[in-house]
Amino acid sequence: MFEKYNPINKLMFQVIDNDGKVIDKKLMPKVSDERVLKAYKDMLFARTADLQIVSYQRQGRIYTYPPNYGQEAISGATAVIIEEKDWLVPAFREMGAMLAKGVTLKELFLLFMGYEDGNAYKNANKVLPISVPIASQLLHATGIGYEIKYNKKKELVYAFVGDGGTSEGDFHEAVNFAGVWKVPVIFIIQNNQYGISTPTRMQTASDSLAIKALAYGVKGIQVDGNDFFAMLKVLEESKKACENGEGPILIEAVTYRKGAHTTSDDPTKYRTKEEEQEWDKKDPLKRLKQYLIDKKLWSEKEEETIIEDFKKEVDRQFIEAENYPEYKAEDIFKYMYAEMPQELKDQEHRLKEFYRWKEERVSQTSKK
Amino acid sequence: MKIMNMVGAINDALDIKLKEDNNVVVFGEDVGVEGGVFRVTENLQKKYGAERVFDSPLAESGIVGTAIGMSIAGLRPVVEMQFCGFIYPAMNQIISHATRMRNRSRGKLETPMVIRMPYGGGINALEHHSESMEALFGHIPGLKVIAPSTPHDAKGMLIAAIESNDTILYMEPKRIYRAIKQEVSEDKFSIELGKANVLTQGKDVTIVSFGAMIREVQKAMVMAKEQGISVELIDLRSIYPIDRETIRNSVKKTGRIITVTEGPKSFGLGAEIAQIAIEEAFLSLEAPPARVSSYDVIVPLPKGEHHYMQDAYKILYEIEKIVKY
Repeated sequence: MFEKYNPINKLMFQVIDNDGKVIDKKLMPKVSDERVLKAYKDMLFARTADLQIVSYQRQGRIYTYPPNYGQEAISGATAVIIEEKDWLVPAFREMGAMLAKGVTLKELFLLFMGYEDGNAYKNANKVLPISVPIASQLLHATGIGYEIKYNKKKELVYAFVGDGGTSEGDFHEAVNFAGVWKVPVIFIIQNNQYGISTPTRMQTASDSLAIKALAYGVKGIQVDGNDFFAMLKVLEESKKACENGEGPILIEAVTYRKGAHTTSDDPTKYRTKEEEQEWDKKDPLKRLKQYLIDKKLWSEKEEETIIEDFKKEVDRQFIEAENYPEYKAEDIFKYMYAEMPQELKDQEHRLKEFYRWKEERVSQTSKK
Repeated sequence: MKIMNMVGAINDALDIKLKEDNNVVVFGEDVGVEGGVFRVTENLQKKYGAERVFDSPLAESGIVGTAIGMSIAGLRPVVEMQFCGFIYPAMNQIISHATRMRNRSRGKLETPMVIRMPYGGGINALEHHSESMEALFGHIPGLKVIAPSTPHDAKGMLIAAIESNDTILYMEPKRIYRAIKQEVSEDKFSIELGKANVLTQGKDVTIVSFGAMIREVQKAMVMAKEQGISVELIDLRSIYPIDRETIRNSVKKTGRIITVTEGPKSFGLGAEIAQIAIEEAFLSLEAPPARVSSYDVIVPLPKGEHHYMQDAYKILYEIEKIVKY
């Protein structure tokens, strides 16, 4: 696969077409119908949650949020392949992969409601928190890969970045280091066509983002990121390659950010309705759903029912997050150092002193 | 005169300089087509074309590093860092080159450029969007660091910055981007860099602050006034260089000084200003200089940010303490 789809050949790997029809059966990944159906439901859950979060944000119940809308197949396929032993190094549009690792929706809600506690992942290990400074997380992935190799472990790292992130120096350094050290890291670029308002063609003069792999001497491939099966197949092959010591791998997953960059963004400023409609035809859920319906594994009716169930579940977790305990003053201090220095203890003490004074003062003022 | 908010005033300053000086170029992430995530550069690309106002690839080091080259060669770049928390990849270019080129070349090469950067908290933002690291930048020899607190100052200071032959970090208090409106001249004018502004005359205590914190101080001053405490408020405007003279004259009059800043406490701007007060007006001081700052912690996410930020009460608390000292 990596030979035929060497990025120099300018081919994008695809398995199903826009109508969910299999282009070539030989290309299908090894996955059962049941697993595909579960993956579809998980993607649908992510989409339902995503759309609901945007409406919560509009109601002022959550702060700025970066939607995954339109990119669900990339995380959806990663969710199938990633194992408990593996590491997930997300950027900030990998909801499906994070949920698969055991992060809860409630935790994601907490983060976007403004609690660091949402990053503490009670039931998920080997997941780094969402990384806001673009591409910086990729170097951590390479470092984790070094530890895996150093201790001869059978683990993999799945690391994510967007198209805009490939312009940062950290992207170059991360893939370059990984190439030199030959570490088992799968770098997945979610090329959703825009870095906020800036189109990918203004990020690079390269023919593709995948082709950058050649300069680092690592395997690279461009895949239709809205094609669940193609994505899964590429991840399967990448995993195999890493297990054979042929890592790292650089995957460019071509997709489209159907929503805004974040809820603070207005895409009408920089892209057209026509373009959006063109990409609607390639929607990852629409294609997989058609495949499942054609195979009689799924129906519109089942979809309607399950979406209602999902909405209730999303709402349940959201309300739980809304009822999260108050953010205590000591929580801004206590995680700064392994042991709190005296200076910080003093600062915390003074803050509490101030709060006592304020309480008195406010009650005096209200008595007047 | 025209009613402007700070976003409009900065846009107006850029417009005036782009029109007047063909060497001025404006670039950064999303500043062109979109007009910036805060719309500060809105319509400028339409007006001056994509060769002069443009979107760069997403790389802060790339933006500042190329601006250095442009400025050495004769252009006057005004670049944008999208948020304060994203400037760190560019720190290498700022510290290692922009601020050294003149000294390194014994005055032969200059890097006249402005790095615009929204800073500060209180906007319920994601991580890395709320920092106020003025002390970090003030500590870089060769860099001028300025921050306006009103639309009028924003315009005049930016014009002065673009015309300066130094590298200037222009910190924009995004919390008050649209919160304050005032009449601003539509003509070109500039404000001398390095000069503080005495916003209110007072006799009991001097408060030195800048940017978005000015408004919080003004709220505290109303409460202090009810108790008969008269505050003199100095808007620093320039963090480096600091206007020692204005601080000295004020402290000599009031005998007390409080600094109000958003950044972490240790090694902060407050300590620098306190030292200036001690050096310049030691015998006038009736109380140790006090500082209202944040704590030596990461800016908390929105639900915890009120613990971190300064508000009128935190300022009033220090005012009461210092007058009773």
